[in-house]
Amino acid sequence: MRYSFPFSAIVAQDQMKLALLVAAVDPSIGGVLVLGDRGTGKSTAVRALAALLPPMSVVDGCQFNADPAAPCSGGLNCEACAHRERAARSVSVPVVDLPLGATEDRVIGALNLERALVSGTKVFEAGLLARAHRGFLYIDEVNLLEDHLVDLLLDVAASGENVVERDGLSIRHPARFVLVGSGNPEEGELRPQLLDRFGLALDIETPQDLKTRVEIVRRRDAFERDAAAFVASWAEKEEETRQQIATARKHIAQIEVPDAALERASRLCMEAGSDGLRGELTLIRAARALASLERDPAVCDAHLRLMAPLVLRHRLRRNPLDDASSSARIDRALTDVFGSSGERHVI
Amino acid sequence: MNEHAPPADRSAGEEAMLAAALLAVDPHGLGGVWIEARRCAAVDQWLAAVQHLCSSLGPVRRVPLSIADSRLLGGLDLTGTLARGRPVAERGLLAEADGGVILISNVESARQLIVSAVCAALDTGHTVLERDGLNQIEDAHFGVIAINESGEACAPALRERIAILLHFDGAARLSSLEIDAAAVHRARAALPFVQVSPEIIEGLCTASFMLGAGSVRTEMLALRVARAAAALERRDDVSAADAALAVRLVIAPRATRLPSTEDEQQEQPEPPPPQDPQEDHDANSSEPIDQNELDEMLVAAALAALPPNVLEQLKHARNDGRRGAGTGRAGTKQKARLHGRRARSRRGDPRDGAPLDVLETIRAAAPWQKLRRLELLAAQGEAVQHGRPVEVRRQDFRVRTFKNYRETATIFAVDASGSSALHRLAEAKGAIELLLADCYSRRDHVALIAFRGKSAELVLPPTRSLARVKKALAALPGGGGTPLASAAHCAAALAEAARRKGQTPTVVFLTDGKANIDRNGVGSRERGEADALEAARAFKSTGLTALVIDTSPRPAPQSRRFAAEMDASYLPLPHANAHMLSEAVRAEVK
Repeated sequence: MRYSFPFSAIVAQDQMKLALLVAAVDPSIGGVLVLGDRGTGKSTAVRALAALLPPMSVVDGCQFNADPAAPCSGGLNCEACAHRERAARSVSVPVVDLPLGATEDRVIGALNLERALVSGTKVFEAGLLARAHRGFLYIDEVNLLEDHLVDLLLDVAASGENVVERDGLSIRHPARFVLVGSGNPEEGELRPQLLDRFGLALDIETPQDLKTRVEIVRRRDAFERDAAAFVASWAEKEEETRQQIATARKHIAQIEVPDAALERASRLCMEAGSDGLRGELTLIRAARALASLERDPAVCDAHLRLMAPLVLRHRLRRNPLDDASSSARIDRALTDVFGSSGERHVI
Repeated sequence: MNEHAPPADRSAGEEAMLAAALLAVDPHGLGGVWIEARRCAAVDQWLAAVQHLCSSLGPVRRVPLSIADSRLLGGLDLTGTLARGRPVAERGLLAEADGGVILISNVESARQLIVSAVCAALDTGHTVLERDGLNQIEDAHFGVIAINESGEACAPALRERIAILLHFDGAARLSSLEIDAAAVHRARAALPFVQVSPEIIEGLCTASFMLGAGSVRTEMLALRVARAAAALERRDDVSAADAALAVRLVIAPRATRLPSTEDEQQEQPEPPPPQDPQEDHDANSSEPIDQNELDEMLVAAALAALPPNVLEQLKHARNDGRRGAGTGRAGTKQKARLHGRRARSRRGDPRDGAPLDVLETIRAAAPWQKLRRLELLAAQGEAVQHGRPVEVRRQDFRVRTFKNYRETATIFAVDASGSSALHRLAEAKGAIELLLADCYSRRDHVALIAFRGKSAELVLPPTRSLARVKKALAALPGGGGTPLASAAHCAAALAEAARRKGQTPTVVFLTDGKANIDRNGVGSRERGEADALEAARAFKSTGLTALVIDTSPRPAPQSRRFAAEMDASYLPLPHANAHMLSEAVRAEVK
């Protein structure tokens, strides 16, 4: 049995864990971009999170990860869904890696070679985007991604649908996933349009504290020696987090967003000078997800404060040569809107 | 092998052989061995040793650079499928190597997909096959031997996941260490039972941290090497000597800084109590290890393993720095073009790595159908049982080619000497910033060379991060002589390196041309100018495009002559405004 490193056992990296939890509670936030050095546990955290989420129900044999309650439409010619007695299967939430050298065929899907050459029939073979539907798409070194793949991902992320028009095929299927990207900004810059697609962004760095490093190595070593025992020892905490996410997802629709919070959010974005309106929308969604996670009935200043750096960090560049790190601007905006960090207003 | 010899007695050659044995003990745990060397007798000898020690794990599988995706990861065996009439899967090379070792020679030319796939397998221990109608997860626990022959940094993601870094220079002599395959076999069996004390873990972390050896992965890999070393020597416990070996093989080669005394004092607040000098070398000591002493010993082991001109090396040995002058690799190996927008299809065999264009293949086969069916009928007699709807033969295969926009690299060589600083450095910097805006829209790689004083210095290797260029530019100091010859050589070398990577380089010189430092760093106006012109001629012979922007207040004949010798375009700054400047560079780049 393949064990995943437990989410709760990840040492430090609290910002990243918070961002992933929030993104998992409300996928419409748009995913997380983690920028920083290699070897900081980014892909471990994503896999750990996916393993934490409750398994989802898919139609057995369907390559598009369709929900049994909403099977594939007729146009897809999905045999599994068209079957009268389609069975439902419980699978863990998929985490699909987009490898750096991936070709378009693998990503969006292509003609099924075997059927075409052997039986002469035209059958669509799903690509990575279909397999990531209702799950996570993890792109490592997203800033090195090729331009035509970037264009593709932008389209799919915007519309939630993958449209394939090639090789004599004309297919469209749903492709909604949480996009998680990671990369080292020193190696290249992300195009602003792709940057904007990510809901939350954060910087991560190799821990410089010796104690933390020792603890990381110790835990990892224990996991490798005896994965079953390690996972068992963290099972209780994992269950707690799992419950927390499940409850948050259930109640998010009931979280109140008072007008004052909306106003504060807008003022914050204006002060910080973010581009476009996506910043505000994402900030409200993120604050609401956070409130749901913390079991607060309504969004308040504290939630906005916590989420603002994650939401605005990557939306503030005016000019391509500006330094990307803009935490100073965000801090200033926070102080302007909320007063000094000591005060806490509850609306 | 003399088990009681203290570690410092082992020569570099012996340690290399020991590395081979460690690899054989735990290939997947270690990730493998990364070798920086030109292929030579020593490397071949080493590989033969690995082959021998890993014989029970299966052959060392070589990964050819032109390997097709389906052969690497597994997939549909097209020819077999066509022959049999039903899907025939082929197991990928990575899955076949499960439990063993793979070899990637010339890792600097390996295409990105190979590197990504290998890294993913090292991380997760399996390959996921989701293509061509097949859907399976195959175990793929293997170690990687990667040989980097270029002398430059490459494939950092793979390098980070590989524990042992070896460096062979041409004259290396490998001793034969007497470890036989049976000892390795025993060690493999004993490996899961080796214990590690918390002090050892802390010692390794301290050594790695103080030497700035990268992310936490370094410590983890070092820990696995230490474990394998203990297993090899039939011990149940990892000793200080094993940890020291791990530090030498894994941590020392990745050092980016020397531990400062303040660091040491911070980590060890109490002065270490006076210790018995014998304790250090007693490999089988069962007394509790003192933490401070262990830390010190490990750091000392690392420092001992660092090569002599350590400060120089550390300065240039950043992961993205150039190490050599790019000598050696003759000819540009054109990487198989597998990315980019699709262009036309051509005839070819899909096994060579290019993807099959099914539609074109079927179209090519279409006209021959009737003839082929008649043939089959004639050959097989009356009954043609498994008549396929489309009879495809090898000559019908059409593969896709791709059109990739070639990346461009713009190398700025900035004169930061006294004469320049006095007048125009600020303006030159401003000019560059304007050009950077263009580079951004072209998605160029930008590199920065500064020359002043005795020689030229690579301030920033080619990077796409323009914010970094701007920062480096802002921090550029001015003053000193003008070593124009060195600058030309340096720029030419960097441009060659970029060309080898498949980019199209353009060099932009910003100088007033008043060279007064010669090739060797000695000040002399005549020799300086003569050397500069000679360097320009050498530059011309490489065929690289260049642009010389004259930053002197009045256009001087020197820079014009320099540009002429180099066969480069010449543009005097006083007469240029921003528009003209960017036009000129754009014209050069095309």
